[in-house]
Amino acid sequence: MSDARPCKVVGDVSDLPESASGAKHLVWWGNIGFMAIEGTAFALAAGTYLYLMSQTQGWPPAGTRPPDLFWPAVLTLGLFLSEIPNLWVRRRAIAKDERGVRFGTLGMTILGLLLLIPRGIEFAHLNVHWSDNAYGSLTWMLIILHTSHLITDIGDTAVQAVWLFTHEVGDDQFADVEDNANYWTFVVLSWLPVGALIYLAPRLG
Amino acid sequence: MTEPLTPEQADRLAVSWRDAPGLWGFLTTVDHKRIAARYILTVVLLMFLAGMLALDMRLQLAWPDMGRMTPQLYNESFSLHGSTMLFLVSVPVMEAMAIWLVPLMLGQRALAFPRLAAFSYWLYLGGVLMLWVPHAFGITPDLGWFEYPPLSGPGYGPGHRVDIWAQMITFTEVAALAASVNVVATVLKMRPPGMTLARIPVFVWSQAIAGLMTIFSLPAVMLVTSMLIADRLVSTQFFAPSAGGDVILFQHLFWWFGHPEVYIIFLPAAGFVSMIVETFSRRTLFGHVAVVLSMLGIAALAFGLWVHHMFAVGLPRLGNDFYTAASMAVALPAGLQIFCWIATLWSGRPRFDTPLLWVLGFIATFVIGGLSGVMAASAPLDQQITDTYFIVAHFHYVLIGGAIFPLLGAFCYWYPKATGRLMSERLGKLAFWLIVGGFNLGFFPMHLLGLMGMPRRVYTYSEGMGWGPLNLVATLGSAIAVAGGLVFVANAWWSRRHGAPAGPDPWGGSTLEWAVPSPPPQHNFDHLPVVDSLTPLWTQKDALQVMTGLAIERREVLVTSVIEATPEYRQKSPKPSIAPLLSALAVTILFIGSIFTPWALVWGAVPVAVALVVWFWPQRERARTGPLRVRR
Repeated sequence: MSDARPCKVVGDVSDLPESASGAKHLVWWGNIGFMAIEGTAFALAAGTYLYLMSQTQGWPPAGTRPPDLFWPAVLTLGLFLSEIPNLWVRRRAIAKDERGVRFGTLGMTILGLLLLIPRGIEFAHLNVHWSDNAYGSLTWMLIILHTSHLITDIGDTAVQAVWLFTHEVGDDQFADVEDNANYWTFVVLSWLPVGALIYLAPRLG
Repeated sequence: MTEPLTPEQADRLAVSWRDAPGLWGFLTTVDHKRIAARYILTVVLLMFLAGMLALDMRLQLAWPDMGRMTPQLYNESFSLHGSTMLFLVSVPVMEAMAIWLVPLMLGQRALAFPRLAAFSYWLYLGGVLMLWVPHAFGITPDLGWFEYPPLSGPGYGPGHRVDIWAQMITFTEVAALAASVNVVATVLKMRPPGMTLARIPVFVWSQAIAGLMTIFSLPAVMLVTSMLIADRLVSTQFFAPSAGGDVILFQHLFWWFGHPEVYIIFLPAAGFVSMIVETFSRRTLFGHVAVVLSMLGIAALAFGLWVHHMFAVGLPRLGNDFYTAASMAVALPAGLQIFCWIATLWSGRPRFDTPLLWVLGFIATFVIGGLSGVMAASAPLDQQITDTYFIVAHFHYVLIGGAIFPLLGAFCYWYPKATGRLMSERLGKLAFWLIVGGFNLGFFPMHLLGLMGMPRRVYTYSEGMGWGPLNLVATLGSAIAVAGGLVFVANAWWSRRHGAPAGPDPWGGSTLEWAVPSPPPQHNFDHLPVVDSLTPLWTQKDALQVMTGLAIERREVLVTSVIEATPEYRQKSPKPSIAPLLSALAVTILFIGSIFTPWALVWGAVPVAVALVVWFWPQRERARTGPLRVRR
């Protein structure tokens, strides 16, 4: 025995479950922690954009067209619509529906890859190069920051789908699917201010 | 199970938590104590190296018109000294103390995310090597510890000195963020039954608050150094005024991180002080709630102070007024804490062993640093003393007096818990007087030198300035303090084998870490402690209340509710793994590659992704259902 003091047993935890979901689950808090870090990075990047915008005469600078709107509109609509299956997968995870999470994560992977198409085309329609001026640098910084999150979550979902199809799914994996769905929602929501800055600020500034 | 574990069960439990022997165990361990210990040993080595740099600079300044260092070498020395002490020593060592102590104080067997802690250390080590290996080859940052553009931009900072500095920051900040999420999640969800929010030890509070501050401040420095690297590597224009960029933007983002960082270092130190004062006064801390609220107040105010580092930049007058007021306001919660510690000592039965001496040294020194801080917070006064030795004196009083003295006290206080041996009191007191005396002799004259107009970051000065005598005193004091530091380390080294056996609780402490043997076994606690007060070991004198029921055959921890710490479920705790090291290596390749080519962000992501998949791939049976089931 290692405890250095005499002890008196006042309770027992062996009846407690071996897993949990939602905010009870430890990993849920880790996920929130990383969202807080990345959310802070988004907020600071947005603040940087607004700061330089406030320091500059004319936004975008003379001779630069604002980014085109069609493809980001497609992407934004797609991201919004992706929340329907995403929230469905989340509910299937909470219901511990093995078939639901397997096909749900597969579907979300395909949907995510499809959304990368308008995102990819967006880069060609920014109408500014990052080295042209600070406005260009900021535009590229924001879109790369968001794209890196998009790719990370699609990659995560793809790996999860492969694992789920090839293994027996336990409670911890259902919780993982729930966390991953929450993260996708974070990626979608973070696009609203970031996209607004990239596409609307040059039209209002 | 309602009986305590039998010796056989306890042995089986110990086996479940034991590392593999030898090198493999070293590389794969996820034991928070081993990880923290290697953090601390790395920090001690770096403190020595950066301390030697400081001594070298003091020798250069001891007499006027000295030529033993060139201006370039001097620039490199203070840049390396400052960058090491701030990024590789102060913040990491406080995290290391959290990684070591928080699970023990919470009666837990592990942190929330053990592998993340291992990853954090390996990445931190990457940051250390990033700065010091190029230094060995003569490539050393030379623009101070904050490397402002335009000096650090592509036009004025050729070569890779700046890139090395910037990427060292990325390493250490990712490591710090990983550690912070880990500590915060542990404090929120892994407290022992009964440890409601009101019963969390002050040290644990301090680390949770510092962790939250880290989460909301460190992204700023990662963002700004990434922007700097981009300006240098792919010609973005963030800091190029000719193309709409702004060099002041760098300062804003840097100090959004840089000022909270001071409190990220100070709050854990306030946590150490609170624990030491309580134990050595032999009474509960006076004003527990006030101390915790002060910490929260400091944390909130810390995000409203950054502009006081930029008074001389020429910002709008109203801005300067606001930040002057906010900077002075932070003295209120800081002062409140000091009154609480003094009141505890005053009304207790203090025992003046070495840890408490460090606290007294801290109070005296930190009050001086605080007062010079209130002076520097005034924008008009700051205009006069900014970039002089007054500021050098101020921040060393705050950082060494306010953080390193409590850290040394904490080291003496918890050393017996970590090693099972007491440090020599005689050598400890000698080290204390040498360091505190030498420090004050070394740094107090710098206030006067600053008021006399001596600018910081000059490699020499002429005799006619009249700064010679005070500089000589400062050098003498620094040398004495360094000698004291060597005595301190020698004491720790010697006592590890020859110190008196400590037993589990040599100081009569009140918190849970003193309930386990010294050094603690790898699984820390046989049973789950149950807490009924802020000072469980004082209120449960006869027998410690515990719960049973966690698995013995595998690693398992108890997860509890955020507010009341009610038991919720049993969580599997990960086994040792090589994945954190592999992931850190993959991230290292990406970070170093991205100094040279932006494509490293693309190809470098592949090994990172592979390593992370290995890390998170759950080990369960192959599917017996679904289209990809195993068909036999």
